[in-house]
Amino acid sequence: MIVLAAGSYGLKVLGVTTLGAVVERRLGALVSLLPAVLFAALIAVMTFETAGELVIDARVVGVGVGALAVWRRAPLLVVVIAAMSVTAALRLVS
Amino acid sequence: MTEPPTANMGTTGDDARRARRRDCAVVGLAVGLIGVTFGVFAQAAGFDLPRIVVMSALVFTGASQFAAVGVIDDGGTGGAAVGSALLLATRNALYGPVVRKMLPDPVLPRLAAAHLVIDETTAMAVAQPDRRAGWDAFWFTGITLWICWNLGSLAGAALGAVLSTPETWGLDAAFPAIFVALLATHVRTPAGRMAAVMAAAIALGAVPFTAAGVPILLALGALAPALYVRRRWPGAGGSLLDSEDSLGDGGSDESEPGGQP
Repeated sequence: MIVLAAGSYGLKVLGVTTLGAVVERRLGALVSLLPAVLFAALIAVMTFETAGELVIDARVVGVGVGALAVWRRAPLLVVVIAAMSVTAALRLVS
Repeated sequence: MTEPPTANMGTTGDDARRARRRDCAVVGLAVGLIGVTFGVFAQAAGFDLPRIVVMSALVFTGASQFAAVGVIDDGGTGGAAVGSALLLATRNALYGPVVRKMLPDPVLPRLAAAHLVIDETTAMAVAQPDRRAGWDAFWFTGITLWICWNLGSLAGAALGAVLSTPETWGLDAAFPAIFVALLATHVRTPAGRMAAVMAAAIALGAVPFTAAGVPILLALGALAPALYVRRRWPGAGGSLLDSEDSLGDGGSDESEPGGQP
């Protein structure tokens, strides 16, 4: 656990210090695209992955409804509640 | 906890700051609920309460904590647990270059802020119109989230047996939905859309064949086509990371390619 805590903190520090500076200097143009890449990959994995497999379940529908709320410019709280309640309701009836 | 890079909050008005902090608090609270999930999960995997609390406070990167506990629960070694957790934590190092310009310059506040560099804080920070607002969103989300995550972990660990499975409440949909909202500002440019679509496709393609954490790192390959798109159609907007004076005129169409590949 100590190794894990030290390791995960070390990675964070590396990012805001040396590595961050090097990446910025060498690959400055890429940095602004990093959020789009990392967030989209996170969304995809968290929406469709369960225990190493791709699964389509109630969660996918819930996230879809959340995305619809985002598109309609709903506040973040509404987005979260919509995604959760649709997912929960679908699980309740299935 | 740490000081803002400049003396006052300045340019953005009180209303803007209030709205911003409300969104940050929503993220923090939602993650607090996921913290409850973590507490329940870790307790069920045989972790005692002090270890769960210390882990949440010090490791403080949710996906890695779930992975580490999951590996131990499946009978894996401590080394394997640390390995898979650090693989997932690698992306925090990539968030560094994204947020580092918003963080305070002095060494100690900077090192303290580094502990808060995770998915949510980075996303909230880069969603803001300028660096000052970005730093405000960063630390406010970071502190709220740290408190909620730890209280949630504690509650989950203490009440583990009492609570039913968190999936019942649709919690697993909350986190991706938050990130769809936070992705929106990054897909206003052609290059951003290309980056998001390709990253989602690569990550999904890799999921069945690779260990947890690897799909997200492989998704970095999406930078290549995105960069090509940007070179091909230069000057098509950008985020505040590109330049100080980005106009954000990249259209109002907010598709969510990540959510629906």
